[in-house]
Amino acid sequence: MKSFTPRQFSGRGRGRALHQDPMTDQSDKGISSAPHGIGTDFLYNPKLRGILSQVIVLVLLAWGLYWIVANTQANLVKLNQNFGFDFLGKAAGFDLSTSLIEYSSNSNFGRAILAGFYNTALVSVVGIIFATILGFIVGIMRLSKNWVISSAATIYIEIVRNVPLLLQIFIWYALVLKPLPGVKQAFNISDTVFVSNRGITAPHATFGDGAWLALALLAAGLVGTWIFRRWSRKKQELTGQILPVWWISIPIIIAAPFIGLLLAGWPVTWSYPELAGFNFKGGMTLVPEFIALFLALVIYTATFIAEIVRSGIIAVSHGQTEASQALGLDNGKTLRLVVIPQAMRIIIPPLTSQYLNLTKNSSLAVAIGYPDLMYAAGTVNNQSGKAIEVYSIALIVYLTTSLVTSLFMNWFNSRMKLVER
Amino acid sequence: MKFLKSLIMASVFGLGAAAANAATLDDVKAKGFIQCGSNPGLIGFGVPDDQGNWTGFDVDFCRALAAAVLGDATKVKFSPLNAKERFTALQSGAVDVLSRNSTWTMSRDTTLGLTFAGITYYDGQGFMVPTKLNVKSATELNGASVCVQTGTTTELNLSDYFKASKMEYKVVAFEKNEEVLKAYQEGRCDVYSTDQSGLYAERLKLANAAEHMVLPEIISKEPLGPVVRQSDAQWFAIVKWVHNAMLTAEELGVTSKNVDEMKASTNPEIQRLLSVKVKNPDGTEADNDFGKGLGLGPDWAYNAIKQVGNYAEVFDKNLAQLNIARGKNALWSQGGLQYAAPIR
Repeated sequence: MKSFTPRQFSGRGRGRALHQDPMTDQSDKGISSAPHGIGTDFLYNPKLRGILSQVIVLVLLAWGLYWIVANTQANLVKLNQNFGFDFLGKAAGFDLSTSLIEYSSNSNFGRAILAGFYNTALVSVVGIIFATILGFIVGIMRLSKNWVISSAATIYIEIVRNVPLLLQIFIWYALVLKPLPGVKQAFNISDTVFVSNRGITAPHATFGDGAWLALALLAAGLVGTWIFRRWSRKKQELTGQILPVWWISIPIIIAAPFIGLLLAGWPVTWSYPELAGFNFKGGMTLVPEFIALFLALVIYTATFIAEIVRSGIIAVSHGQTEASQALGLDNGKTLRLVVIPQAMRIIIPPLTSQYLNLTKNSSLAVAIGYPDLMYAAGTVNNQSGKAIEVYSIALIVYLTTSLVTSLFMNWFNSRMKLVER
Repeated sequence: MKFLKSLIMASVFGLGAAAANAATLDDVKAKGFIQCGSNPGLIGFGVPDDQGNWTGFDVDFCRALAAAVLGDATKVKFSPLNAKERFTALQSGAVDVLSRNSTWTMSRDTTLGLTFAGITYYDGQGFMVPTKLNVKSATELNGASVCVQTGTTTELNLSDYFKASKMEYKVVAFEKNEEVLKAYQEGRCDVYSTDQSGLYAERLKLANAAEHMVLPEIISKEPLGPVVRQSDAQWFAIVKWVHNAMLTAEELGVTSKNVDEMKASTNPEIQRLLSVKVKNPDGTEADNDFGKGLGLGPDWAYNAIKQVGNYAEVFDKNLAQLNIARGKNALWSQGGLQYAAPIR
């Protein structure tokens, strides 16, 4: 009956045994365990406690998930609804004010969401590029020794980043619409570009046969630049001679597609905007909603980027600047070759969050009627009644976009990392 | 393990209870008020003033419903809903009834799990333009930019109309009607389009209403009515018959002012409407209680009429300010479309 083991006599020994193998220890104790308080002892075992708490959290999580799914299912049944994505093939019946892909009210719901996604992608990508440029400029301006420049940057940052973005979007929308004239009184830039409260209308180029040559030459130019850059770097390491890489390659990259088009016999047809009745016909139009959203996102996000850039630069020890000046590098080169590369290590991770913020903030577009992903999803939901399906799609698309951005920035970060030898 | 099992079982049954909104009437009686989804910004149909008092045609319908169900027209709470949110709010049980100028369409009736409980207002989509455009007819709108509210039948009709008349247009759609109106005012679009009743209402909000005109064309049928969840036949019947009772009252000349005297009427139709017990010469009494079938008290229609009014009273009180004529919304006996099924 009573199991008699040496462990029972030695407190220290028992404790160690519990640490090593709590389960067997408990089981071979048998009845004798109760008087010794083994029943509560396991609560003080960190390893067991760790496992137990994780199991409890997992069970609760699984239960919560199960509850949500089962509840949704029960309610859908009650509403005579079924879960499915068949509705995506139904005709949408509504139009969008602007779309990058061919879209009309005859297109289906799926295409409406796709068109919305492209609009989100457009404003996000263009917004990220311009916010980065503006952010870097303002960040460096704020570090300037010139009092006027640095305080102008400070005032801009402090005002803009402390006003809610939605409010700024409304302000920009009003600022874009109010001063612009009607269609018939549109600002006319040499009869090709028209600016009115319907947006900016500009000529639109259609490329015919042979235009691939332009693309091919552009690609060749880019590859050539990359090879040239590697070669010139090697040469610099060997001989110390610095070749003007950018001054040579940028003109080539710009000229390449034009040469391609010339060789192909210039297969470009322009469609010029023309005033016809209520609106412009032909050309392409940048709607005021896009312009307002773009301005608001860029100007708002740039303030955060500016602060990130400033903190990144300040974090690089001043000794680095002094050392590079001692080596005879001028101010521009000191900044470009010594300070910025080191600052980038600090800048990139928070910069990634700003890019993600900008992308996600673009969903505020709905407030001013820019047909982005959330706008399209909302309208599709309303016309089809498939709330769960539609918002799951929107959720997955935003999540995927953010994760891809993160992955790219992580890759970029690992490339920019200080290579330690 | 046993504990876990009972936890799961509890959650399954617990969720059964949480999701049980099948008997809306019981829920409403238990909480003591009706949660009514309404338009937060349409003059004449649903709009709160600065003290939070709601007025409007759709709002009054909810009040009549509360009077019929709870005996007190003030026992309503209003949820302001925009076009995009409205059906989801009803589906999820956030509101008990949606009385918010919503168009009865086949897809809404068949795919949303919702049911339209009648037509309280016959409407149609129209266009409003600034008079300075010199447009006299919708057929002259080729190429125009049109401001609409998103998530409505309006944006669908618009596409149909321009397609059918082989004209082009540009849509600019916003979520809230205030934003639609603002964009129209600032010249973002040439035309404002919504239901005609809405056009008259929105026009009043413009600083210079005289400089805008509503075009004569009506491009769609917009039967507007209250919406309930499909799963609850009893609640559906209540909403439907409150509307019928208000129409019947108008037909029979029963108003909020004379409803008490009407209780003495010998007209059997009025007796049935007001659940008046009929006495026979031999002293026996016969019941006329039609509220029972709805799960309501005998005074269901009396309360609605007494506290809110009949259809004509509600119409005149809310829509006369917009100069909207009865038109299609007149009783069938007066050349309109409003026709109540008989209470018998």
